[in-house]
Amino acid sequence: MDIELFFQQLANAISLGSLYALIAIGYTMVYGILRLINFAHGEIFMFGTYIAFYAMTSFLLPWGGAFLIAIVLTVIFGLLVERAAYKPLRNSPRMSVMISAIGTSFLIQNLAIVIFGGRPKSFPVPDLFNTVIHLGNISIVSITFITPIITAIVLVFLLYIVDKTKTGMAMRAVSKDYEAARLMGIDVNWVITITFGIGSGLAAIGGIMWGLKYPSLLPMMGLMPGLKCFIAAVIGGIGNIRGAVVGGFLLGLIEIMLIAALPALTGYRDAFAFVLLIVILLIKPTGIMGKNIAEKV
Amino acid sequence: MKKILSLLMLGVMVISVGCAGTKPEDSNPIDEGADAGKVIKIGVFEPMTGANAAGGEMEVEGIRLANELYPEVNGMKVELVIADNKSDKVEAANAATMLIEKENVTAIIGSWGSSLSIAAGPIILDAQIPTVGASCTNPLVTIGNDYYQRVCFIDSFQGTVMAKYAFESLDAKKAAIIQEISSDYSVGLVKYFNDAFIALTNDENAIVGTANYSTGDQDFSAQLSNIKKLDADVIFAPGNYTESALLIKQARELGITTPIIGGDTWEAPEFLEIGGEAVEGAAFSTFFTSDVPITKESEVFLNAYREKYDKEPASVTALGYDAYIVILDAIKRSGSTDPVKIQEALAQTVDFEGAAGMISLDINGDAIKSAVIKKVENGVFKYMATVDPIK
Repeated sequence: MDIELFFQQLANAISLGSLYALIAIGYTMVYGILRLINFAHGEIFMFGTYIAFYAMTSFLLPWGGAFLIAIVLTVIFGLLVERAAYKPLRNSPRMSVMISAIGTSFLIQNLAIVIFGGRPKSFPVPDLFNTVIHLGNISIVSITFITPIITAIVLVFLLYIVDKTKTGMAMRAVSKDYEAARLMGIDVNWVITITFGIGSGLAAIGGIMWGLKYPSLLPMMGLMPGLKCFIAAVIGGIGNIRGAVVGGFLLGLIEIMLIAALPALTGYRDAFAFVLLIVILLIKPTGIMGKNIAEKV
Repeated sequence: MKKILSLLMLGVMVISVGCAGTKPEDSNPIDEGADAGKVIKIGVFEPMTGANAAGGEMEVEGIRLANELYPEVNGMKVELVIADNKSDKVEAANAATMLIEKENVTAIIGSWGSSLSIAAGPIILDAQIPTVGASCTNPLVTIGNDYYQRVCFIDSFQGTVMAKYAFESLDAKKAAIIQEISSDYSVGLVKYFNDAFIALTNDENAIVGTANYSTGDQDFSAQLSNIKKLDADVIFAPGNYTESALLIKQARELGITTPIIGGDTWEAPEFLEIGGEAVEGAAFSTFFTSDVPITKESEVFLNAYREKYDKEPASVTALGYDAYIVILDAIKRSGSTDPVKIQEALAQTVDFEGAAGMISLDINGDAIKSAVIKKVENGVFKYMATVDPIK
């Protein structure tokens, strides 16, 4: 691989990795605070992308407004999902909530087929995100620069909320000990609502960026990115927001470099991501940046 | 106690499954001779959802239109039973089983996508239900399967056509390949293209590189960056229209200016919508063009279609239409509702006038037909040339 091709592949990897990172943050945030793997995250992501699509094509809104509306509606949608599928199970074993999450994920997918239709839709891409920049022989689409910037902004914003604000303190308290937090007068339901709202908003942002990069929408589009970003979150240490970003970039880099260096193995791209998940779980279950805390029983 | 109870339950279940298995033979005596006024069911298994949904929908449009124009055969009303195979190989087998066992269909049409047709093949052969594929072009669909035939040409021909186009019209000496490795259709077509292209250029090394991707992939940047380095004169990238449109878009973004050509699956409105300006100039082979009606049936089909949908039909719509009328013709000639007798008649189809050309089925059950080359120009598929079959 010559140096030029290497840098082109590196640009490709950053482009894909930053998307993974952006979606993985939402995954990891919900897990970190609620100890719930939200398998419906991919479907909330899909919902957000479709809303942005309809806002732009059917209601002819400018893209900025469309994206904002998509984020707001997706947050509301995420909260409804939480209210309907997770809240009634708040005091049930964790396994019940997880099964409920998987069920919700299938339900939303199939509803989307009925409502949005099974044929792929083309996401309109504004020029700002679609400009090709040439650096010598390396071509980079502008979205490759925009996604990491958004990921960075989201990361800083979340770290600020979690580490510096009172709400963040409540979130951390809930994640440490749910019952004790309640006894200390923290409104646990409200904290969960906020967490879910932020998580869904992140899913919407991730979905829109995904749609801008890969402009074909399908009701099943959330499935693979959802699983990949789950893997990214586990690699980084699930529950750790910085770890999710590292995990996302790492997964993107590994995927692209695998194809670049060993083209014959391309067909195993997705399988490889899952092998990586198994290896991480066997060797370092807490992930790269996860802390080694004994799980309380 | 619990153990005994569960054993008892198991016993009950085994017995009930056994009963369910024998039921259809008891309750469905085939009553020939009293066909008038009866309903004959034709099953359709097509992708109505998922990545191939546009292809399935276009074929079903043609099948429905044919059913509206010819709703009866031998005095029996023809009822279409449509099953969604969800663009998935496992679901394709399920859909075929459902049509045969639950709906008791007499014949089957489908499916868009050779992989899906191949997946259903063994079930159809076991049940001995005559099946006509509309646009599945992989040779393996019909080889070794006496109950599967099709109204389109096969990939050994299509691959040759595209190799010839690349060599003669695009003046290409070196070709790069990007194939959908999990699709029988794409891999098969690539093989025939490679053979033909190497023969035409008389150069063992005419294929400079091959890249793979899987069905459902959305990111092709790594593969394309590798391909870009190879400096090929043409890129042959047959595959599903969704993936292909994204692939061509990303290729252009990476600064690849090489012509990209493909196969019949590209002819879907989604290819143009998702690809946008990037797919301008993309050329592919397909079955039919509405610009040059071939037969009298073409006129009938085109008039009816234009009146109903107020647009131009896709090739696969014409083929869906043909698959239906070919089956109807076989039922008429056999004068029976027995699937085996219908199959006998179907296999003898010679010079039958279809909307997308004359249909003669060869020994494998494949139609021998000419191919059409189309190219994307100003956001529409434009007819370029007709290539006659190799005799």
